[in-house]
Amino acid sequence: MRRLLILGAGTAGTMLANILRRELSADWAITVVDKDNDHQYQPGYLFIPFGTYTPERVVKPRTRYLPKGVDFVQTGIRKVRAADNEVDLEDGRTLPYDWLLIATGTRPRPDLTPGMADGSLWYKKVFDFYTLEGSSKLHDALEAFEGGKILVQLTDMPIKCPVAPLEFVFLVEDYFRTRRIRHKVDITYVTPLDGAFTKPVASRELGNLMTDRSIRLASDFALEHIDNERQMIVSYDGRELPFDLLVTIPLNTGQQYVFDSGLGDENGFIPVDKQTLRSTQYDNIFVLGDASNIPTSKAGAVAHFGVETFVPNFLAAVEGKPMPNKFDGHANCFVESGRGQALLLDFNYDTQPLTGTFPLPGIGPMKLLGRSRINHMGKLAFEQLYWRMLLPGHKLPVPTLMSMAGKHEEN
Amino acid sequence: MPTNTLNERTFHVNDEGFFTNRDEWSEELGADLAALIDIEMDEEHWGPIRFMREDSAKSGVTPTLRRLQTVGGFDIKELYRLYPGKPAKKMAWIAGLPKPVGCV
Ligand SMILES: Cc1cc2nc3c(=O)[nH]c(=O)nc-3n(C[C@H](O)[C@H](O)[C@H](O)COP(=O)(O)OP(=O)(O)OC[C@H]3O[C@@H](n4cnc5c(N)ncnc54)[C@H](O)[C@@H]3O)c2cc1C
Repeated sequence: MRRLLILGAGTAGTMLANILRRELSADWAITVVDKDNDHQYQPGYLFIPFGTYTPERVVKPRTRYLPKGVDFVQTGIRKVRAADNEVDLEDGRTLPYDWLLIATGTRPRPDLTPGMADGSLWYKKVFDFYTLEGSSKLHDALEAFEGGKILVQLTDMPIKCPVAPLEFVFLVEDYFRTRRIRHKVDITYVTPLDGAFTKPVASRELGNLMTDRSIRLASDFALEHIDNERQMIVSYDGRELPFDLLVTIPLNTGQQYVFDSGLGDENGFIPVDKQTLRSTQYDNIFVLGDASNIPTSKAGAVAHFGVETFVPNFLAAVEGKPMPNKFDGHANCFVESGRGQALLLDFNYDTQPLTGTFPLPGIGPMKLLGRSRINHMGKLAFEQLYWRMLLPGHKLPVPTLMSMAGKHEEN
Repeated sequence: MPTNTLNERTFHVNDEGFFTNRDEWSEELGADLAALIDIEMDEEHWGPIRFMREDSAKSGVTPTLRRLQTVGGFDIKELYRLYPGKPAKKMAWIAGLPKPVGCV
């Protein structure tokens, strides 16, 4: 009997369990560990503050999406003892493994910024929307908001779904427009980057859109602390911005057990070979989804492309054969831009998001880096694709590796 | 690949002016680069630069501010004082390292 252990039953872990149960023979025992039985559709958090989605809508039992023939162990992970090929769990058990797949993602850490989680304004005037609790409470705060200064503020990279803060700022603008109090609301997007996004072409296009919507941009703002008494955010170089409502994206790090196991870098992300996703420390550990340190977006789409590339590699590796595939860091994200429209970004390790059409050159139907209604429909349709196609590990009609077809290069 | 020449020393850079070959760097060159952006190097300034050189030699990547804080023990606020505005970028440039990619 060979033992495969998967840590985390979120986006990547659930896909892995489904695909590998089909691919591996019955002499493989597959075990999946997660701390609870609530699988949350995280892209849905974005719509909860605006009342478009209810909190109930985004949560479903994990066990419903895990295949037969896989053991689900519901408890916290305490420590990986990689030298012994064992994992200690919070319920006191120890699970041995031959192969370990880590898919425990990343999480927001409002406790790491002074005055954030420990401040008197937390969940009163300061909110995140990267958790179900935060996005639900933000819904009430937005409903009660009648005017004043709103800051949508990004603390530091990397974060999961790096476009989500931008989507939020466009949607919040639209929300107040629809409520007919846009003129009473002053919106600023605050970022430690030198523009709206990390990559130049997208940064320019998204920056222009902010200008069009009268959203202010405060760039190069690295948050040091929140001054709760004066209702201000303060940067390391001493700049101060006042707010009536602060929507913050806290620092994101890997899970505590990753730090405790000595597996992570300073942010708790696990170093891997960026093409094979194999741990640089241990040959029998691979890291899928947000938990690794690969230099591309932390997104469900990347988890998906990563898993597709990984499976044939894993099947080769367990037979002691060379791995056939190389992951290119392909990321593909819809960016909600308000007014019932969205943009689409498609990029990888080497190529930044460009303008053009997707997936068919010249035809689309999706427009890259341009706003369209069909992109927005694509974003909304993704919810059903997620539960019905992605998690069960069915093939989606988009290419795994990024293609330059249909993209406009500029220099 | 463009080359730059500064005080008779030639080195390779990318289109944003960051070094592409870390071995072409020396402290003298770093000090000359710093002068171009109005920074006068003293012991306080060299601390984080030397840490960045050593750390990146091991890891292959330019350390981020957070890594300078958690692993190097430097105070981020202090780094903003020494290298005003964009410390991570400025320090990487002076240290002859690639632009930090902490931002994906
Ligand atoms: C607001 C928001 C909007 C987003 N929008 C998009 C989008 O539009 N498109 C897109 O592609 N992506 C989007 N994402 C990102 C996407 O949700 C994540 O990138 C994706 O879920 C990553 O998958 P993962 O399997 O790596 O981690 P996760 O899905 O987060 O799963 C990690 C799992 O590990 C478990 N776990 C962690 N630690 C422990 C422990 N110690 N013990 C036991 N279990 C543990 C967790 O309970 C969780 O189930 C969005 C994210 C957010 C927050």
